[in-house]
Amino acid sequence: MSLVSLSVSEMRSGLLNREFSAVELAQAHLDRLSELDPSVKAFVTVDPETTLAQAKHAQARIDSGDATPMLGIPIALKDNMVTKGMRTTCSSKILENYVPQYQGTAASKLESLGAVFLGKTNLDEFAMGTSTEYSAFFATRNPWNLECVPGGSSGGSAAAVASQMAPISFGSDTGGSVRQPASLCGVVGFKPTYGRVSRYGLIAFASSLDQIGPFARCVSDAIDAFESVMGRDAMDSTTIEASYDASVARTPALNGKRLAMPRELFSDDISPDVRAVVRDALDAMSNSGAIIEEVSLPIIEHGVSTYYIIAPAEASSNLARFDGVRYGLRVDGANSIDMMTNTRSAGFGKEVQERIIIGTYVLSSGYYDAFYAKACQARTLMKRQFEEVFTKYDAVICPTSPTTAFRLGEKLDDPMALKLADFCTIPANMGGFPALSLPCGLANGLPVGLQLIAKSFDEEHLFSIALATEEVLPKIGMPAIA
Amino acid sequence: MPISMDELRQIADLARLRLSDVELEAMHSDLNRVLTHFTHLQELQLAGVEVSAHAVDAQSVWDNDEPSGGLSREQALSSAPSAESGLFLVPTIIE
Repeated sequence: MSLVSLSVSEMRSGLLNREFSAVELAQAHLDRLSELDPSVKAFVTVDPETTLAQAKHAQARIDSGDATPMLGIPIALKDNMVTKGMRTTCSSKILENYVPQYQGTAASKLESLGAVFLGKTNLDEFAMGTSTEYSAFFATRNPWNLECVPGGSSGGSAAAVASQMAPISFGSDTGGSVRQPASLCGVVGFKPTYGRVSRYGLIAFASSLDQIGPFARCVSDAIDAFESVMGRDAMDSTTIEASYDASVARTPALNGKRLAMPRELFSDDISPDVRAVVRDALDAMSNSGAIIEEVSLPIIEHGVSTYYIIAPAEASSNLARFDGVRYGLRVDGANSIDMMTNTRSAGFGKEVQERIIIGTYVLSSGYYDAFYAKACQARTLMKRQFEEVFTKYDAVICPTSPTTAFRLGEKLDDPMALKLADFCTIPANMGGFPALSLPCGLANGLPVGLQLIAKSFDEEHLFSIALATEEVLPKIGMPAIA
Repeated sequence: MPISMDELRQIADLARLRLSDVELEAMHSDLNRVLTHFTHLQELQLAGVEVSAHAVDAQSVWDNDEPSGGLSREQALSSAPSAESGLFLVPTIIE
């Protein structure tokens, strides 16, 4: 069996039992990357020298008896996670040559645990998109069908794991940017509760929604990855120290679990082939003792509107920092205002500019109450409706994406079509809830994702249900390219 | 409530973005399609519902006022497009 197809726990035991070294493991992934990435295009930056130096360091730690969980495990990071000394672009021309002087908390934690960085993965510019086609550099391809998108915005991280270029990767999820590409690429994707993982060093898109989360090829690996980055951080005052029982998380449990199936997420807005595969998955779960009941969460219908007001409003403010003064691109002008306008107009792509303008508009005098304030009230209703469901049910269960992977270019001309791809994932960001997508079958040869959403800070029970669910779902295998 | 072309120009100016006439036309049409979608929110009964600006119930966090390390001046300036005498250099602000 090739090293790149192992699970993280298999890699760990192979490393500790001296079956292979951390350098051999890293090299196997670098070889895989050289072979497949020219067609998948998952990575924006790779730096084999740094990767192998980190692997050597990890091996030295293993040799000295260290056995931390991520030691020697190769990982990929979305290119909006700041890495000291390693170019961090956000897949934007405005940061094309930005080499940070500091490192984000999640990356620092992974580095100190001995993880080996393979490189930085492609995204929709500033994480704004659902197909990775809005990267300023190139579009990433779906390993299951290279003519299709991998989803987005963390499409590079999802494609890297699906094509075995990395066993673990990290992305950020603002409206579904981890779970939706996980669904389209047939891997596990997890968005933690808002506040579980530090956002320090995650280039801000919408600060009240952004959360870093892992991709993996099985739930157990995703749990390992999550546990490596979770926890309160003095550098991010929105992180919260909340209890988490790792032993509960690793005990599969489905029998007697009460799961709510929102009828709004099984409507005609979801494609029939996705619905059929998800319903088969629900049957398999019922046969294993899960109690699945239909509920109504009518606020879901307003999720996309709510999100596309709140997220651009926050983004318009966050992206004001890109002014050509302290870092990033500068395009000269006659005076400072001219310079800033020239810089931003040349540096931001069309989608980012459009969202900045939407955000500026909905926050402007005269429209604030009509749009932003209303969206924030709708957000309250969304939280309340879900929290009410969580008083009676252990989790909400639904499709992750309304469709399977669509073809490159197919939705680029319709500004709403790409936005509706987040229909099933937005509620978890609005309420801060933890949510996980896992592959549950194929439709026309493309993966379908099943989404589990739990109450805030209840990751341990969400993982427990997900582990048991994974056992009863059909295995989708690997894409032909892998 | 559709956005007018003049409003769009003004908003772009506030956001420090310069759009060509062709870009303005395209964005105007895209924006109005998106804004039309937003009008569905008006259907919701929202009177008396408080606003949520955050996902979880967060409270102000106070750190102990203790000095800690940060970037040196050289590090902070090292990514600047233009710097001189230990300062960020920008074009004229006041004539």
